[in-house]
Parts: sequence; C-alpha cells; structure tokens
Amino acid sequence: MHVPVDSYSLDNGLRVTLSEDHTAPIVAVNLWYHVGSANEREGRTGFAHLFEHMLFQGSEHVGVNQHFELVQRAGGTLNGSTWLDRTNYFETVPSHHLELALWLEADRMGHLLPAMTQSKLDTQRDVVKNERRWSVDNRPYGTCWERLQALVFPRTHPFHHSLIGSMEDLDAASLDDIAAFFRTYYTPDNAVLTIAGAFDPQDARAMVSRQFGAIPRGAGKPPLASVDLTPTFGEWKREVVPDNVPLPRLFLAIRIPPLGSDGWYAASVCGAVLGLKKGSRLYRALVRERECASDVTAMTFDLTKGNDLLVIDVTARDGVDAETLEREVIREIDALITDGVTQGDVTRALALIETDAVVAMQAAQERADRLSMFATYFGDAARLNGEASRYRAVRAADVTAFARASLGPANRASLVFVPRDGTA
Amino acid sequence: MTAIASIAPAPGKTRAYHFPRCARATLPSGAKAVVAPMNKLPLVTVTLVFHRAGADADPVDRDGLATLTAAMVLEGTQACDGSALTERFESLGSVLTIEAEWDATLVSFTVQPERLDAAVSLVTDVLGAPAFPARALDRLRAELRAERMQLMAEPRTLADAAFAWQCYGSQSRYRRPLAGTAASVAAITLDDVEGFWRTRYAAAAATIVVAGDVTESRGMDIAARLGAPRAAAASPPTSLDTSPREGRGISVVARPGAAQAEVRIGHIGVPRGHPEYFPLTVMNAILGGLFSSRVNLNLREKHGYTYGAFSSFDWRTAAGPWIVSTAVKTDVTAAAAKEVLAEIDRIRTDEVDFDELALATQYLAGVFPLRFETTLAVAGAFAAQAMYGLPADYFDTYRDRVAGVTPAQVRTVAREHLHPEQLAVVVVGDPNELRAQSSNIGTGGTTEWSPDDVERAL
Repeated sequence: MHVPVDSYSLDNGLRVTLSEDHTAPIVAVNLWYHVGSANEREGRTGFAHLFEHMLFQGSEHVGVNQHFELVQRAGGTLNGSTWLDRTNYFETVPSHHLELALWLEADRMGHLLPAMTQSKLDTQRDVVKNERRWSVDNRPYGTCWERLQALVFPRTHPFHHSLIGSMEDLDAASLDDIAAFFRTYYTPDNAVLTIAGAFDPQDARAMVSRQFGAIPRGAGKPPLASVDLTPTFGEWKREVVPDNVPLPRLFLAIRIPPLGSDGWYAASVCGAVLGLKKGSRLYRALVRERECASDVTAMTFDLTKGNDLLVIDVTARDGVDAETLEREVIREIDALITDGVTQGDVTRALALIETDAVVAMQAAQERADRLSMFATYFGDAARLNGEASRYRAVRAADVTAFARASLGPANRASLVFVPRDGTA
Repeated sequence: MTAIASIAPAPGKTRAYHFPRCARATLPSGAKAVVAPMNKLPLVTVTLVFHRAGADADPVDRDGLATLTAAMVLEGTQACDGSALTERFESLGSVLTIEAEWDATLVSFTVQPERLDAAVSLVTDVLGAPAFPARALDRLRAELRAERMQLMAEPRTLADAAFAWQCYGSQSRYRRPLAGTAASVAAITLDDVEGFWRTRYAAAAATIVVAGDVTESRGMDIAARLGAPRAAAASPPTSLDTSPREGRGISVVARPGAAQAEVRIGHIGVPRGHPEYFPLTVMNAILGGLFSSRVNLNLREKHGYTYGAFSSFDWRTAAGPWIVSTAVKTDVTAAAAKEVLAEIDRIRTDEVDFDELALATQYLAGVFPLRFETTLAVAGAFAAQAMYGLPADYFDTYRDRVAGVTPAQVRTVAREHLHPEQLAVVVVGDPNELRAQSSNIGTGGTTEWSPDDVERAL
C-alpha cells in the first residue's frame, strides 16, 4: 500500500499536502494548527478548545451558523477537535465543492476577528460548559483523563492541566483572549493543509493559492514551558478516587519515548501485546482465565514533545475489589518482564496494527488527517508511507527490552477509581 | 488586510457517482449471496446475516438469548476453544464479531485478501459446530452483569432504557433491553443457547455479503463455503408486538447531585419498510437530524442550553422509537423541553420553505457517497438491504428519492407520524432541582424512580 503524497509550501509558510484518489467523487480538506491546550496561559485552562468552538461562529464573510450550513448544504460533513498540542478542522465534501471548503477555512484563518462578538462568546462558553458536564462531570469515570494528566505530568509541564478546562477558567475567557490567541497561533506558518480525494492537482494548487496566498505570515509563537522529563517516572505514582462509579477501574500509565522516535514503535507493540483486542495478554488472563476483569484496553496519547504515555485501562468484574484487580494486572506485567514476549504475541499485534493502518486509508478524511499529523509533527507527510516498515522492523527482543526498561515499578502511575459506597 | 472573495466560490464540475455494483446468487442451501468487488485497497469485509435471529427471536422470559448465543458461538469448537479461536483470528490481523441486533444476528470480519481463506475456514468451523462450554456461559453471564451495572450508572444509557420502558407496552420486546438484564440472562440455560443456534443460525435464512478486493467468482466461492447447508433447519418467523404503554406523563429517574439532566422526548415511530420513509427521513433531518437542524440551532446555538440536541428514528423491522435526545443544565430542563415541544408543533403546522428543505435534501443526497467509502460500510448496506427487504435499485435511486421530497410531504408526514399527545418524557437528573420544574416539563403526572427501580422494572 502506497499513498500518493505531493507536498509544497506557500510563501506565507502554509505547508500543503495533496493526495489524489479518484475512487469516488469525494474530497477531504483537513487543516492542523500546531496549537493545543499546552499553549494556554495560566488561568485559561480549556481556552484552546473554547477557541475551536468560536471558529464555527462565522468570520468576516461568513455569517453566524453559516459555516456549518454552507458545508451541509453542499452535501458535506465537517467538524474540529482539540488535543494537547494540536487543533484540527476538517470538511469532507462532494469533489466539486472543494473550493468552498478551502474558502471557509481561509476566511477564518485570515478574517476571524471581525465576526467575534461578546454574545457569541457567551453562548459558546455555555455550550462548552455543557460539553464538560456531559463528557466529564456527569459521566462515570469522566474525570479520568484530566486526573491522569495531573498525576503523570509535573505542575509546571504544559500537559499537566485539563484540556476541557475548569468552569472558573472558562468564565474568565474574554474577547481580548480570543484576539491574542488568534494572532499568535492561527497563522499560515503554524498550520498544515491536506487535500485528499478526487481533484485535479493543478486546479487544487490554484485554489489553495487563491484562497490562502494573501494571508500574512505570523510573528512566531512563544516557546512552550519545558517538556523535558526523565525517561521514567522514577517512582510508582498513585491516586485513588472514590467516586460515583459502579465498578473499580484502573488506569495504569507508563512513560514511553515520544511518538515517532525509534523506541516508540516497540512501546506501541508492547501496548498491543498487553491490551489490544481480546487475544491480548491482559484480556486473556484477566477476563477469560482468572475472571476478575470485565474489560481491558490499551492506548497511547501519541505525544511528540518530551515523552509519550502508554495507558492500560482495566475494569473490574462485579465483586472484585480494586486491590485484587491491580494485583492481577501487575502480576501479568511482571510475568511479561520476567519471561519476555513471544513471537506469537508480536505476530498477532503487528497483524492487527497493519490491518488497522490499511482500513484507515479507505476514507478520504482519515487519510488526510494522518497526512496532516505527519506534516505537523515531523515536517514530512510522506512519512506515513514508511510507518508499516517501521512497525515491521520491531522484533520480539525489542519489545522484551522495552518491557524490562519501562514497565517496572519505577515507571508506573496508577489511577484507581473505586465505588464511593465501598460495596464492590 | 488580505484579498479574499466575499462570497462563497461557485462549485466546479460535478463528477459521477455510482454505488458499488454487486452480483447476486441463491446458493443450494437457500442462502443468498451478494458479492461487491471494490479494489481500491487490499481489504475484504465479509458480513453474514442470520435473518430472524435477533432479539426479536428471544423467547418469552429469555431476553438476551440472541446476544448470549452470539457470544457463546465465539467460545469456539471442541478442537479450537474460544481463546485459540480469538488468537488465530487476530493473528490474521482481523477480529471476528458476532452480534445480535433487534432484527438479525450479524457475523462479520475485515481481512487482507491473502488471509481471507484462512479466516473463512475458522468461521465455517465455528458456525457449524460450536462447543458451547458450560464454564463460558457462567463467565459471559457475569460479564453481562458488569455491563448492566455500567449501563445503568451511565446517564445516557439509563435514559434510553427508561425511555423504552416508558414508551412500549408490557407485551412488547422493544420495551426491554436488547441484551437482556442480569435477571433475564441468569435464567438462560445451555439448552436454550444450543436450541437458538440450531433453529436460528440456518443457512437457508442467511444472506452472505462479500465486499472488497475479490473477483466476483472468488467472492461467490467464499459465500458458498459460508452458506453451505448445516444441521439447522428452518428459522421460524417472528412477530413483534409494538403496542404503546398505557398512560403518558413524565418520568424522572433520580440521580442526586447529577451535573446535568439527560432528556428523552418521543414516542413509537414507524417500521423501516414504511412507504413514507424518505419524507420521514427528510422531515426528521430538518427537525433534529442535522447539526443545522431546528432543535439543535434552537437549544445549542440560540440558548446555549446544551452541547447538542438531536432527533432520530430508530429504524427496525417493526416500529422502533422516534426520540429527541439532549443533555441540559438541570435548571433549564423545563425551558428546553418547552422549546422541543414548540419545534414539534411548528413542523406540524407550517410548511417548510424550499431553502430549508434544500439544506436537508442536499445534505442527505450529498453525504450519501461519504457513507460508503469503506468495505465495512458497503457490506453493511447490502446486509441492511436484505434485512429490511429494500428494493434492488434502492442505492441507485436513494439520492433522487431524497431530492424529490416536497414541503407538503414534510408537513403531511409530520402531522401523521409525530404525535404531541403521545409523547413520553424521561429525565435522568437531580430530583430536587427537577421537582420544582416538573409541572412545566410536559403534561401528565410525574413519576419519580431510582436507577435500581428501572433495572428491576426491565
């Protein structure tokens, strides 16, 4: 599998990637800004995400609610999302509406501020507060991610604080903050644009120049606070949260090398060996054999700055307490360190990862998003095509070496939710 | 500061779209085969539908049998137990799923073509001779118990469950959860599971869809292997009662201290095969189906009451529910409900103008190709076509059918199929904050119950 990649830059610093595919008359436009919650200033947690909402409130030539309406009227879908160190915006439209999507993105990159009003900000603040209630406060285990970030990153670290933010900080956000954040971070030289799907490359280049070419370069962004940390935690961090949850659940975080580094691939495969799907070691041992867990998953945060995180997420079975659950998880991890992984473990993990990578290339928007990710983080969208061989190079011995170096007691962080009434 | 056009650019030249072609055949066993070659990437999805083997086929007092049988089949054969089956399948880079829906049980996997034959061999073995180990039944029942605890602790799923109970009469299977409850599943025996498999996993009652990087003839060979005759005889027809529950009113499920109120407002909808499917779909899109729908723009963008508000028909063979769903700050629950009721009245009273209609129809027609970029989605489309008996030209005419809906049709179906006097209202939230508002949420009395009461009632 090889995805076509044609990358270039405009004079204003906007990096552009084109990836043609004429299977269906569909085109995906995907824009990554290299800014996220890590760039928020003190007292403004949640601002990067609130700002993302404001980008759907119109711009100088696009009226209120028109951004969504124009795309939907064209027969397209759209959305945006905010992460710790990036924010993305995307539209998938019938191919003849490519320039509409580009125009909408360019108008808000070049001309957002004239459309910003206090009442729009107040409404979106209420919407985001309701998003927080819905996805965090009113949801069992909903605080897990902000608690985990606070547990594993030191207070001064840019990934320490909550992505969705506190109610107080959301209240404090002002139109002046909007203007300052926009001018600092929403500039063409801090963005990458990917177009994937059915288009004529010459037409697409002309459209990109027409829509984005005149937007001026930014003045640069302030550096992040230091992300330098030791390669391991150096201790076993722990937080126990009595909460309104039905079953105990353990989030076990491991500090791993940053996404894309040589050591990251072995860590990713190790995560898959432990917790990807029902054939994984933890699922087999804890759910199927010992019957003490009801579910197991594993994921990485995919961070490129400093270190990344591997998180193993295990929910107890009814009647199993948190101590037993954690003991059984640790027993399995200790066994992996002692005995090492088998070739079968690695074959299974790599086969699943490889199929997922092909599946992800089917939809134009998903392909565009991955290309934008590689362009943003590594300055090289074409790196996508080398991922399969990077994974395939991982040997069982590499995974075992990673496990021995990184899964021990001095590199574990346990976030444990327990039912508040102590019945389970 | 910079030059940019002040009006949206005009569209370019349109490119033709065709839904993936398929070949069809009836196999000697009576199974139907559908093969849709798609060669963009090296992937194949196989989806096997056992018709009349969904929760609609659960016997009386055996809610959850379809779901539990599906899980038990995945526990493997005498020669290859569940653990080994999972490991072998995943080593092919694929995950085998067997899941009961309301109308059917679906077996599905996506794999790279060079591993397709090995995957099919594993699936034919396990469908033909599952071992049904007793210990696995105990384990799966306990897993379901844990899942029930999670679902009833999560406000969204709790609200959905309470709404179904509030909507349907006591004789309706749709009143109770698809996967059953801890109590109903505790009553299920190995004989029940074995019997369900024997009668319902019949090749004669199956449709096998192969979509992806295969030739037509290889796809047909795969279908023939999966649809070979097995011991299972006929799969008897099912019939579903969808009478409404007597008595309306507001049901408050108490979660003291909840940060938000989960709200469900709706009633029993219409079956998937309804002749007015397209006008109904367009009407719902305008009312609450799109981001730019009336309900979402009103509750979210005008009032800031919520992160989102949507309406939907849950399409099933028999009449599934039609529901408006949202989660709001608790102190505006009554105000939000009032806006929802006003929007329902408005779409029944006034004709939509062409511009608003066009937003919905152009959206639905335009995103149609976007919904079918993957082999999984295309296989799922052909599976649904078989499940609901949709016409052979359904996918080729979909966009024209949507585009042909008129303002008069929208108002007519809204009047005929939205029933303000039948609305059931369920709110999951803090009882103290809701008590003061409940007389303003809707008409009829208010019932207050706890999540445990809901689980017991189900």
